[in-house]
Amino acid sequence: MIEFNMPSLGADMEDGTLVEWRVKPGDKVQRGDIVADVDTQKGLIEIEVFDEGIIEELIIKEGEKVPVGTLMALIIPEGDSESSEEKTETAGKKKKLVEVEREAVITPPKEKVKQSSDRVKISPLARKMAEENGIDISTLKGTGPEGSITKKDVEEADALKKTPQAQKAIHENKKDTMLHGVRSAIASAMSKSNREIPHFYMETKIDMSKALAWLQETNRKREVKDRLLYVVLLIKAMAKALEKVPEVNAYWENGLHLKEAINIGFAVSLRKGGVVIPAIHGAKEKTLTELMTVLNDLIPRAKALKLRSSELSESTITLTNIGEGNVATVFGVIYPPQVAIVGCGSIIDEAWAENGSLSSRPVIHITLAADHRAIDGYLGRQFLTAMKDHLQNPEML
Amino acid sequence: MREGEIKTVIFQLLAKIAPDEDSETLEMNSNIRDTLGIDSFDFLQFIIGLDEELGIKTPEEDYGKMTTLEALITYIKSVEQQQSK
Repeated sequence: MIEFNMPSLGADMEDGTLVEWRVKPGDKVQRGDIVADVDTQKGLIEIEVFDEGIIEELIIKEGEKVPVGTLMALIIPEGDSESSEEKTETAGKKKKLVEVEREAVITPPKEKVKQSSDRVKISPLARKMAEENGIDISTLKGTGPEGSITKKDVEEADALKKTPQAQKAIHENKKDTMLHGVRSAIASAMSKSNREIPHFYMETKIDMSKALAWLQETNRKREVKDRLLYVVLLIKAMAKALEKVPEVNAYWENGLHLKEAINIGFAVSLRKGGVVIPAIHGAKEKTLTELMTVLNDLIPRAKALKLRSSELSESTITLTNIGEGNVATVFGVIYPPQVAIVGCGSIIDEAWAENGSLSSRPVIHITLAADHRAIDGYLGRQFLTAMKDHLQNPEML
Repeated sequence: MREGEIKTVIFQLLAKIAPDEDSETLEMNSNIRDTLGIDSFDFLQFIIGLDEELGIKTPEEDYGKMTTLEALITYIKSVEQQQSK
């Protein structure tokens, strides 16, 4: 039997609330299938499964709070020969364990909520309608005898709830709450990072003339929807540099653990403040066009706070890119347990000395903030130099 | 296409990428991207939308001609005139 546990969604998140199961017992699942939607500080996250098999039992109920690591479901692996009796026994044991673990986090029992509602005068039909339509009767003003709430009161409240203005207000309120959650999550992760990680910083300046000229030429041949942004060159150059200096693509968890996959966390700013960092999986293996396709999918979903669990939890390093403008340099704060963050400032025309002569060039400042427990200056220099070299040969990216 | 119609298309597209801003209050000569906080990714989506809605093809080197509302409308009109010739 496979235990499907609530996955980690990054160092800054401890739990979520199960909104909906997308599978039911008996359903066959494959690696990467989305099995549930969980509401978290970083929005509504699609939870993926990482095993193949048949759903045996859904342990967590919709609406329950789920701490990271909690058993959510039991899956029978494909070709499993365990007898159904054994399965029942195992499931029973697991369930008991989970009940104990869950006691502390279960939402207030419905009975308690009902008691407060009972004090409100309301007809049985109106109560049923309110429950069915998700209307909080404590917010209604009754127009019936002795101020009791009638069917008409509920109908009016329901109609009001469905007006475009009310829908917009509900949407805005939900988004504000999510943004507050994002802020809290960032605060938690960044405080932990500054408290625990001994950061050191390095910087290099790169002449982007060749890269931008190559990009302009490439984009000239493309339809507008297929054009590349220069950030894909930065992502690919970074992935190639990580291949050369793998120590920078690692976690620090009681020692250095190198990561084979290069999953670059791409910092996406939210319009109302806050940042989310979805992972670009396998960045090294992707072409520039494929990287742009990934960004076209990832950035709008990140801005709408609609990401998948693997996108929030599997970054092995972070890239923060200031983009166009006049901010030359950014020094990042490492997202634990990663050991480095790369910061790219805006591309700005600067005086550039080369071969004894001075000229104006479009220049980008690329910084590396690294964990000194894991990396030293020598590796940092190797990494930044490799990135610089790759950006001088854009046609090879 | 009349200026009013072009403006309507522009405002509809801006509302999609900057829903929290009232793009219709944009002054004719203020920088669109700076005023509405539009990054390069969203600007590219805006150009894609313009091309689709207005049936034009905007080369990358012309992005610099689309900084303000006034410049953008002038640019679109000139492209439409060229295309109709």
